[in-house]
Amino acid sequence: MDIENWLSAAKADADRRGLPALKPLLETLAASTRVLRAGARIEGQPTAPSGHTRSDDDSRDDR
Amino acid sequence: MTAATIAEVAPQLRGGRVRAADLLEGCLSAIDARDRELNAFILVARDEARSAAAEADREIAAGQWRGPLHGIPVSVKDLIDVAGQATTAASRVRAGMVAQRDAESVARLRAAGAVIIGKTNLHEFAFGTTNEDSAFGPARNPFDPKRSPGGSSGGSAVSVAAGMAFASLGTDTGGSIRIPAAACGIVGLKPRFGEISCDGVVPLGRSLDHVGPLTRTVRDACVLYDVLRGADRPGESWAPTTSPLTIGVPRGFFVDRLDPDIRRLFDEALERVRHAGHAVRQVEVPHADLIPTAYLHTVLPEAAAYHATMLDARPADYSPGVRLRLEMGRYLLAQDYVRAQHIRDILRVEIDQARGSVDLVALPTLPIPAPPIGAESVPMGDGHEAVRAAMLRLTQVFNLTGHPAMSLPMGRTPAGLPGGFQLAARDTDELLRAALVLEPQINPEFARS
Repeated sequence: MDIENWLSAAKADADRRGLPALKPLLETLAASTRVLRAGARIEGQPTAPSGHTRSDDDSRDDR
Repeated sequence: MTAATIAEVAPQLRGGRVRAADLLEGCLSAIDARDRELNAFILVARDEARSAAAEADREIAAGQWRGPLHGIPVSVKDLIDVAGQATTAASRVRAGMVAQRDAESVARLRAAGAVIIGKTNLHEFAFGTTNEDSAFGPARNPFDPKRSPGGSSGGSAVSVAAGMAFASLGTDTGGSIRIPAAACGIVGLKPRFGEISCDGVVPLGRSLDHVGPLTRTVRDACVLYDVLRGADRPGESWAPTTSPLTIGVPRGFFVDRLDPDIRRLFDEALERVRHAGHAVRQVEVPHADLIPTAYLHTVLPEAAAYHATMLDARPADYSPGVRLRLEMGRYLLAQDYVRAQHIRDILRVEIDQARGSVDLVALPTLPIPAPPIGAESVPMGDGHEAVRAAMLRLTQVFNLTGHPAMSLPMGRTPAGLPGGFQLAARDTDELLRAALVLEPQINPEFARS
């Protein structure tokens, strides 16, 4: 799931659960997740599966 | 007497020149004098402690000295089980949950003869760095009660700094031993991950949680560490490192943004270390900028997993800020948790590589002095930084990697607030032996033999 779709769904769920105060925190978390996903593409990621390119994995995850 | 160290009073206890009952009464007097203001304790176990101190005096008089903790008053963070007492985690959620048995770490303290004086205040469920969110009210800094003592083991640090206990047992998931130790001007040790049992401790992040001591000196930390790990003859095998040390200071992320007073204290401490004959050089941690996101994407889901049932059943019993942070963790995707673990592996390798050319790594513990209670952000460089992010910034990496790390006092700012000097190494023995050598240079107030 890409981050924008995830954030949109999470904020809607927070509203549904009566937790509007959670929405700014979810936006902060989304910003941090963007950094995480960019960082996970760095060379030398130790658990990259052999036979798969890292860009393949990430594009699938982030689509 | 309550400003003395364990290393100083233990021989006097053994020789009958000081009684455990007198040490305890000194600590209780300090609690009576200052705890209404500082709020370090959630529970003071006066009767149980008096019984334990009397028993210690009887045993010592009968020649049954158990070691350097025998008869020493020690406080315990109220996240850790003490048999017969509630483990509140500073939360209404756990009101009335009485521990049926001691945590493994507490059992080891008791077996060594320690007198458990009471349970100390903390940030609710250890999920915060300021000790402000507590069902029992905030603990306050003994150097300035308008300021935070740090957290989450804030009450533990206050109890040691204010003479209410000789040592305290705390926990550290992102810095919760080292941060309050730095803010309160004492020593805090996070041993290597997995060395000390977390049995009987309310978890925050199971892959990040550590148990460790808060003490007045490195020597006292060695004693507590030995007892907690079950070593024979606690405190007796700690010969300081004799050869000059090489200390690596990571640059960039770790020291780019420091309060000017903290930067000055850190640079002055490094200069004293150099002057004593040790070498200081720069080291690199190439992906240090990923530390905060890796930490966030690890601690949030781990904490949410533990709290999920209680969050559904009793949401109103959590402090609002703690509840919202726990709720954040319920939205985080599993694939991002896994990515964070990949980054932890990279950071672990990079810290080992940085440490490979030096004996240990040094950096400030906190980039700021203790913040005012209620502050949401602090001045940092040209702007501001959220208090929680700033306080975690320099400690959380060693929870991600599991390396042992500790904070030592490095002097005070012009406003009289303590600064903390953090050391990390490959293993805890190596860390403590180096810290024994460096403590007189790092801490300008260190004047004990």
